[in-house]
Amino acid sequence: MNNLVYNEMLKIVRKKRLFVIAAIVAVLVALFTYAQFKQVKELQERLGTSDWRTQLQQQIIDAQNRLNSSSISEEWRKYLQIRLQQQQYYLEHDINPSAPGAPTFMRMFIENAIDLFLPLLVMVVAADLVSSEASGGTIKLLLTRPVKRGTILLSKYIALLLAISFILLTVALLSYLISGIVFGYHGWRLPLLTGFTINGEDLNTEGVHLLPQWKYVLIELGLAWYVAIVAGTLTFMLSVLMRSTAAVMGIMLAALISGAILSNMVSSWESAKYLFMVNLRLTDYISGTAPPIDGMTLGFSMTVLAVWGLLALAIAFIVFTKRDVY
Amino acid sequence: MTKQATLIVENLRKTIRRKEIIKGISFELKEGEVFGFLGPNGAGKTTTIRMLVGLIKPTSGRISICGYDLERQFTKAIRHIGCIVENPELYPYLSGWENLEHFARMVPDIPKARMNEVVELVGLQNRIHDRVSTYSLGMRQRLGIAQALLGKPKVLILDEPTNGLDPVGIREMREFIRFLAETEGLSVLVSSHLLSEIQLMCDRVAIMAKGTMLRVDTVEHLLKEQARVVWKAEPLEAAKAILAAETSIFRTDGDTLITPYEPKKLSVWNKKLVEAGVAVHEIQPKLPTLEDLFIELTGGETIE
Ligand SMILES: Nc1ncnc2c1ncn2[C@@H]1O[C@H](COP(=O)(O)OP(=O)(O)OP(=O)(O)O)[C@@H](O)[C@H]1O
Ligand SMILES: [Mg+2]
Repeated sequence: MNNLVYNEMLKIVRKKRLFVIAAIVAVLVALFTYAQFKQVKELQERLGTSDWRTQLQQQIIDAQNRLNSSSISEEWRKYLQIRLQQQQYYLEHDINPSAPGAPTFMRMFIENAIDLFLPLLVMVVAADLVSSEASGGTIKLLLTRPVKRGTILLSKYIALLLAISFILLTVALLSYLISGIVFGYHGWRLPLLTGFTINGEDLNTEGVHLLPQWKYVLIELGLAWYVAIVAGTLTFMLSVLMRSTAAVMGIMLAALISGAILSNMVSSWESAKYLFMVNLRLTDYISGTAPPIDGMTLGFSMTVLAVWGLLALAIAFIVFTKRDVY
Repeated sequence: MTKQATLIVENLRKTIRRKEIIKGISFELKEGEVFGFLGPNGAGKTTTIRMLVGLIKPTSGRISICGYDLERQFTKAIRHIGCIVENPELYPYLSGWENLEHFARMVPDIPKARMNEVVELVGLQNRIHDRVSTYSLGMRQRLGIAQALLGKPKVLILDEPTNGLDPVGIREMREFIRFLAETEGLSVLVSSHLLSEIQLMCDRVAIMAKGTMLRVDTVEHLLKEQARVVWKAEPLEAAKAILAAETSIFRTDGDTLITPYEPKKLSVWNKKLVEAGVAVHEIQPKLPTLEDLFIELTGGETIE
């Protein structure tokens, strides 16, 4: 088994996939660091102060103004209201939720990457894991060895899990190291609030408690890893089912992007919550942002994702071990 | 000394999308023999080979390799097979050596010495550390054979191994295959639609068409009954009547007649023709080739 996993890792590495991914992450992190830096600068100039309390107050006023305008959609209004209550809570308890620093940047980067960017990176590795062997014809050599088909697929899946872990580590390390150049490397102990629950219109602050940022980041990294594994497993199944890597990527891309769009408009379509792609933003449950559909919780989303992932894995193994290879 | 059968195929059938592609074929491969699979395009050669190496599952029938049933004892059975199915497709982004290492890792204990041995056997030692994407088709064929031989198989299955090789390459391949069978004692199954190739390198041939096996026999036997004589005589009708009384006439070709070749009777027939006043211009024994048999069996002309 070790030998087989080694083979699969060798192929992933030699296709230069992981290297390309690391390069993409580095470029994007640098880009976002610069954007964030500019934003902070601009806000300071506009308000004429670098005091975060004034900034937060200004943000609250901005949000209130927007809420008062009539051209705002119902979903957006709800989202803004909840954000507003949260910001007021932070202000009352004298906590700066966006104190600059590499850990803060890292946390925000993960929160923003979890539903699209991260699954896309994983997809780049997973999409051609099996389909490239089929389209390149090497599957014929792979399957005529004295190894059971299930074992071969398992070795590929384990290699995928390793690659996903590597990608997450890369994202975490690069976002920390690169942003730290600008914002400094401090802020691991910054207390953050979590445990907000949302009941319809209201923010329930009963379960709210403080968490040091390092714990908070670890939890979010774990959730991002979970999401990445589910996205990777789904791509893996498509890769087994289809010969064309481009088709696998196309379908996965369509699903992920439709998820991002759907999240903004499905509040009235209740059963959409069983789709995997609207359940990807697990970190929102930690920071207390309103879920796209009422009644969705962290446990619910994780269960939905687990069911999709396990189903995909089962299909992949059944098809791969039974199928005729031409 | 009776040679052992290494591969036994019994009543193999395959139906794809309700269309029967292989219609019940049976044959055996013996130790140290080269067995040819001859058939026109679409005969089902590749489909049969895919079943032999476990890539597709037969609809019915049995395949046994060195005593192991392919379906029930897959890993034990496949251990004794080395194969190339259609084109030798390897990982283009790895070097030849890394490709071999990759496949060696999938089989328990293949020492480095064995890898060096097969590389030398196929004569690839100078380019083995280059990336496969820089190889010519012939070099890929060689690397394909090297990986097939890696696990010291008892049965080597090659689907159109001379595809894309130049004349020198074809000859080398032919000698190489004969060497493997004669010296190393492998059973080799070779498919091809190139008749001359099969004729030169195989001990036994199976002629396939439309999913059935028309004939399985040694090349010698097939060729012997295939020997013909071409008669050029005048008047043709009279000659035809006389010869028809003596033997069978396969066909009339312009101003010639074609009959079986029976060396001892040739002079008798000739005498009869001459006595009947037929002018015999030419009696020409025709070189036997598989091509005639092949064309006749697979639907060119009908026999008799
Ligand atoms: N995946 C498939 N689905 C349907 N029919 C198929 C499939 N693969 C092969 N066939 C059919 O099976 C028949 C035999 O094909 P096969 O590839 O075995 O022929 P072959 O003898 O190898 O021919 P060639 O000399 O051209 O390589 C053909 O009629 C082909 O159309
Ligand atoms: Mg073929």
